[in-house]
Amino acid sequence: MDAAMAPAPVPEKRPRAPKKSAAGEVSMRWRLAVASRVLAAVIGGYLLASLASVCLAYFLPLLFQSSRAEAAVLSMTLSFLFYLPAVLWCFACRTALRAWLGLLGPSAVLGAVYACARWLV
Amino acid sequence: MAWLHTWAGLVFGWLLFAIFLTGTLSYFKEEITQWTQPEIVPHEVSDAVAAERAQQWLQANAPDAKRWFIRLPDERNPDIALTFNPAKGGFEQKSLDSVSGQPVQARESMGGEFFYRFHFQLQMPHPWGRWLASVAAMVMFVALISGIITHKKIFKEFFTFRPRKGQRTWLDGHNAVAVLILPFHLMITYSSLVIFMTMVMPASILTTYGSNTSAFFDDLFPAFKSAPPVSEAAPLASIVPMLEVATQKWDGSRVGLITVNNPGKANATVALGRNGADHIPHEPGTALMFNGVTGELTQQSSMTAASLLLAGGMYGLHMGHFAGPLLRWLYFLAGIGGTAMIATGLVIWLGKRRLKHAKSGVLPFELKLVEMLNVASMSGLMLAVVSFFWANRLLPVSFAARSDWEVKTFFCVWGLALLHAFGRVFFRDGRTAWREQLTLAAALYCLLPVLDMVTAGSYLWASLKQGQWTLAALDLTALATGVFLAWGALRFRGEALGVIASKQTPTGSNRTTVQEAR
Repeated sequence: MDAAMAPAPVPEKRPRAPKKSAAGEVSMRWRLAVASRVLAAVIGGYLLASLASVCLAYFLPLLFQSSRAEAAVLSMTLSFLFYLPAVLWCFACRTALRAWLGLLGPSAVLGAVYACARWLV
Repeated sequence: MAWLHTWAGLVFGWLLFAIFLTGTLSYFKEEITQWTQPEIVPHEVSDAVAAERAQQWLQANAPDAKRWFIRLPDERNPDIALTFNPAKGGFEQKSLDSVSGQPVQARESMGGEFFYRFHFQLQMPHPWGRWLASVAAMVMFVALISGIITHKKIFKEFFTFRPRKGQRTWLDGHNAVAVLILPFHLMITYSSLVIFMTMVMPASILTTYGSNTSAFFDDLFPAFKSAPPVSEAAPLASIVPMLEVATQKWDGSRVGLITVNNPGKANATVALGRNGADHIPHEPGTALMFNGVTGELTQQSSMTAASLLLAGGMYGLHMGHFAGPLLRWLYFLAGIGGTAMIATGLVIWLGKRRLKHAKSGVLPFELKLVEMLNVASMSGLMLAVVSFFWANRLLPVSFAARSDWEVKTFFCVWGLALLHAFGRVFFRDGRTAWREQLTLAAALYCLLPVLDMVTAGSYLWASLKQGQWTLAALDLTALATGVFLAWGALRFRGEALGVIASKQTPTGSNRTTVQEAR
């Protein structure tokens, strides 16, 4: 990409650049943060996608005329559309902590909604 | 996001290259099998005759099996394929000649089935290969979308191609091929996740059905639900009249798969499924169920619900069973495009980092490792693929374990290519590794038609006389591939070119791998 044509950097919203020591080595702290983001993307993303599919499979038959097998199929099909942005979020947000919070928060909400629905209905 | 694209692409690039290449070959799975078993000659046989022959053979040879599966011959499958569960457990497979109704006398070979299985099982024990392939698919999905986000000027870049500008050319090529067949890339990647979704994303099945997951599959595919056999015996009704019922019920669609549950027992049932070549969605649940003793139609099920059409439609688009010759070639070309996109991406990764070391000319260990893996995974795999075809023609036809040895040849050659790449990259240079492997591969691909004429020429001429182009088409495709690879090898000729061009084209040495990505 031509450097001159690239848009001006917006440091506030971008992930922090790797902090390099004088010798040009990437710091251990940065490496751990990247590992944490990868874990958040793989595990947190899978959790979010699974919970989204569980909620869809539960609520679709209540809202529409669909059998529970059809609802399960649709929920699994769509689950990857939750996984994908979850992974992208983990590498687009500013810190590794935000990556985890951004996935665990919505997961907790989905889990609570499903638990309440099972408990009440 | 660019960071994500770069590193996800590197770590899974080699695996994805192999998955894309073997997947591309799998669009011609049946044609490859015809080439590797030229003894099986296609004949026009009506479904009724083929079903009758299959039933006769199974009644004589597998009367106590729990289940029979019969795949009828069609324009791409010359034989009748039988699979059955013997009473002692497991599965047995037999291939019947559609004319004689007897097991085919052909050389043992997995043929196209080998590339097809490798594409999603990676020669690993069940289910780990499928899991790894699914993980690779998810990484591909992430790399694809992050790549789109990274390249904001996507429309403009599509019309930009600057040849002979080294790194710039590679990036232009990578972007152009990615955007040109972007719908294919999105479809193939998303659908690959959908195909194994019940394995990788089963949470909603577990919460809906509890631990009784087989109830989910019984709901979806009632045709495959079977009761345990009763002890009372009863002769199985003829399947042929059931095919006539199917012709009335399914206008314009042939029967593909016949499933017989508990044959020879009083509670036998027969399920007919549609031929996948006649419609786009993959719909194993669409079936006609018959009483196996009286031959009466008892039940019909379909997969017309929107959610099943969505998932089955993606499954079907991925497999491409419905594609005629023209569309099948387009699938093949799109597959080459996807493979080339991955190949160019891997080359760009290395080229960018090589720039820093252009002055000293010495690559650090990790970059040498990447170059070694680039060579072994790309030109090495091309060598492995062609050696499979050579083994098929050179191993004696009567040799007992020849099918296994074809597969062993494939992996031995791939391993040797890795060793060669290691030796050349670490002890000489990457250009030599590319040049030597591409030269050998070019020779093997170009000579494959010659080998075919020498060892199996009679089958080739007979098929051409019948107007069958399958065998010749594979030979010609191999020749075209060989010419491309030879062109690639020529680009690596001489050391001086690389030095002169190093200022502007630091990766000029690697340019030709696009073509090699067939």
